[in-house]
Amino acid sequence: MKVTKHIKTLNNANLKESAVKGGCGECQASCQSACKTSCTVANQKCERE
Amino acid sequence: MIHKYKLNGYNICLDVHSGAVHVLDDAAYDILDYCDETMSEKPPEKMFEELKDKYDREELEETYAALFELYQEGQLFSPDDYEQFADMMTRAPIKSMCINISHDCNLRCEYCFAAKGDFGQGRCLMPLETAKKAIDFIIANSGTRHNLEVDFFGGEPLMNFEVVKKTVEYARSIEKKYNKNFRFTITTNGLLLDDDKIDYINKEMHNVVLSLDGRKEINDKLRVTPNGKGCYDIIVPKYQKLVAKRGDKDYYIRGTFTTFSKDFTADVMHMKELGFEQLSIEPVVSDPKLDYSIKYDDLPMVFKEYEKLANTLIEMRKKGEYFNFFHFMIDLNQGPCAIKRLRGCGCGNEYVAVTPQGDIYPCHQFVGEEDYKMGNLNDGTFDNEMKLRFARANVYSKENCKDCWAKFYCSGGCNANNYQYEGDILKSHKVGCELEKKRLECAIMIKAALADYGVDEGSDCDSGDCFAECC
Repeated sequence: MKVTKHIKTLNNANLKESAVKGGCGECQASCQSACKTSCTVANQKCERE
Repeated sequence: MIHKYKLNGYNICLDVHSGAVHVLDDAAYDILDYCDETMSEKPPEKMFEELKDKYDREELEETYAALFELYQEGQLFSPDDYEQFADMMTRAPIKSMCINISHDCNLRCEYCFAAKGDFGQGRCLMPLETAKKAIDFIIANSGTRHNLEVDFFGGEPLMNFEVVKKTVEYARSIEKKYNKNFRFTITTNGLLLDDDKIDYINKEMHNVVLSLDGRKEINDKLRVTPNGKGCYDIIVPKYQKLVAKRGDKDYYIRGTFTTFSKDFTADVMHMKELGFEQLSIEPVVSDPKLDYSIKYDDLPMVFKEYEKLANTLIEMRKKGEYFNFFHFMIDLNQGPCAIKRLRGCGCGNEYVAVTPQGDIYPCHQFVGEEDYKMGNLNDGTFDNEMKLRFARANVYSKENCKDCWAKFYCSGGCNANNYQYEGDILKSHKVGCELEKKRLECAIMIKAALADYGVDEGSDCDSGDCFAECC
C-alpha cells in the first residue's frame, strides 16, 4: 500500500504483468463450485501464487 | 479508463487497465474530472478556475502533481493493451465439468432454474456407466491441465449418491495414471444428508455448496417439499453438523434472494447466527414476468441492501468477528491473471455440463436448450464449432463490455444469463451487470475501509478473502 498526502493506493496494480505471465488455465471455472448462477472472476485465486 | 465513485465516505478511483485502486481526498477526487488519457504535467487552467472556491491554488497544484505521478507510473488512465490477448486460449482444453448426476429432486423450489429438478426433460438419474464416460471425456479432453474440477449437481445429487461415490472412486483410480488431480464438489439441498454422507462429503469433496435461503420464513416460502412444506427445520441441523466436522475445507451456505427478500442482509446475518461463516446469497435467475423476479425497478433497493451488507461486514470485522460473503471477495493484488479475466467462466470452452442421458451442454444453465446441445457422451459427438463460439466470447467481443469499467472483474458476465434474458451470449444481461457493478463497488470499498482500520493491507494473503486474518 502506498500512502501520500492526498492519495492512498491499496494495491500493486500488476494486471498488465499478469497478462504477460498468465494464461496457464489451471484456475477454477468461475461459477463452477460456489455460486452456479452468476459470474465473478476477480474473487478467484491464481493457481500459480 | 477510470471508474470513480463515492461510497460510505470513501472517494475511490479504479484504474481499469492497471487494476490500481486509489482512495482519494476530496481535492484529488474533484481534480480527476480535469484529467484523462492525455494528461500533461501542466494542470489545465479550467481546473483552477472552476475549483478555486473549494481549494487554494497551492493545494490544487500539489494534488494534481500527485495524480500526474500516478499517471506516469501507469496507475492512472493506463492504456488498454489487452485486446491482443483476446484470442489466447481459444482452443483451450476442457478442465471443468458439471455432472448432473440426478435430474430428479426432492424439493420443488418455486424459483428453480432447473424446472424443479428435471430441466424439463423428465425425472431420471444418471447411470454409473454414463458418469464414468463423463470422467473419461474430461480426462481425454483436458490436454495438459492437471487440476480437473467436477461438480455433482442436479436436481438433487444425494438422490443418486451411490453413483456419486462410485464415480469418485473411478476417477481416483485413474487420475494418477493420467497425471490429473480431481477436485470434486457437490451442490445439495441437504434433505438426504446423514452421518455417513456427511463424513464422505467432508473426506472427498474439495468444496460443498449447501442450499439455504436464510431466515426460516424466507427459506420456507419458496424452498418447499412436493407436499408444500418448508425444509428449514430438516436441513439446518444437518448443515451445522457437516460444517462442524468439516475443519478448514471449503464450503458455502448458498441462498437465493428474490423480490420477496430484498432485505437479504437479515438472511446473511441469520446464517452467521446459525454458526456458518462462508456465505453466498445470489439474485434469483428467473423470467422477469414472474412475481418473485428481480427486475430493473428493484435495483435501487437491492443496491441499498448490498451497501447495508457491506457496512455490516465492516462493523463485524472491526469487532474481530468474521464472515465471508462470496460476492464481496476480491483480491486486489494476486487475483486471476488478465488472460483469465478476459474470458470469464469458460463455459462451453473449458467447462461443460453433462446430463443423465449423456448430453453435453456449455454449462448447467444451458441444459435443456436444444440449440445449445454440444454433443453426447454415448455416441461420441462433440460440436467443436460451438466450443469455438464460446471460446471467442470475451470482453472484447461483447459489445457492452469493452468500454465497461467492470470488465476485468466480471469478465463479460454469465453467457447463460445473456442468452436467457437478452437472446444472445454476446449481449450483456443488463440487470445482472448492474448488480455485479454494485457488488464490486462495495467489495472495493470494504477493502478501503478495512485498510483504514488497519484490519487489512490490501489482500496480500493467499486467499484474498480473509482480510488478513490468516496471514
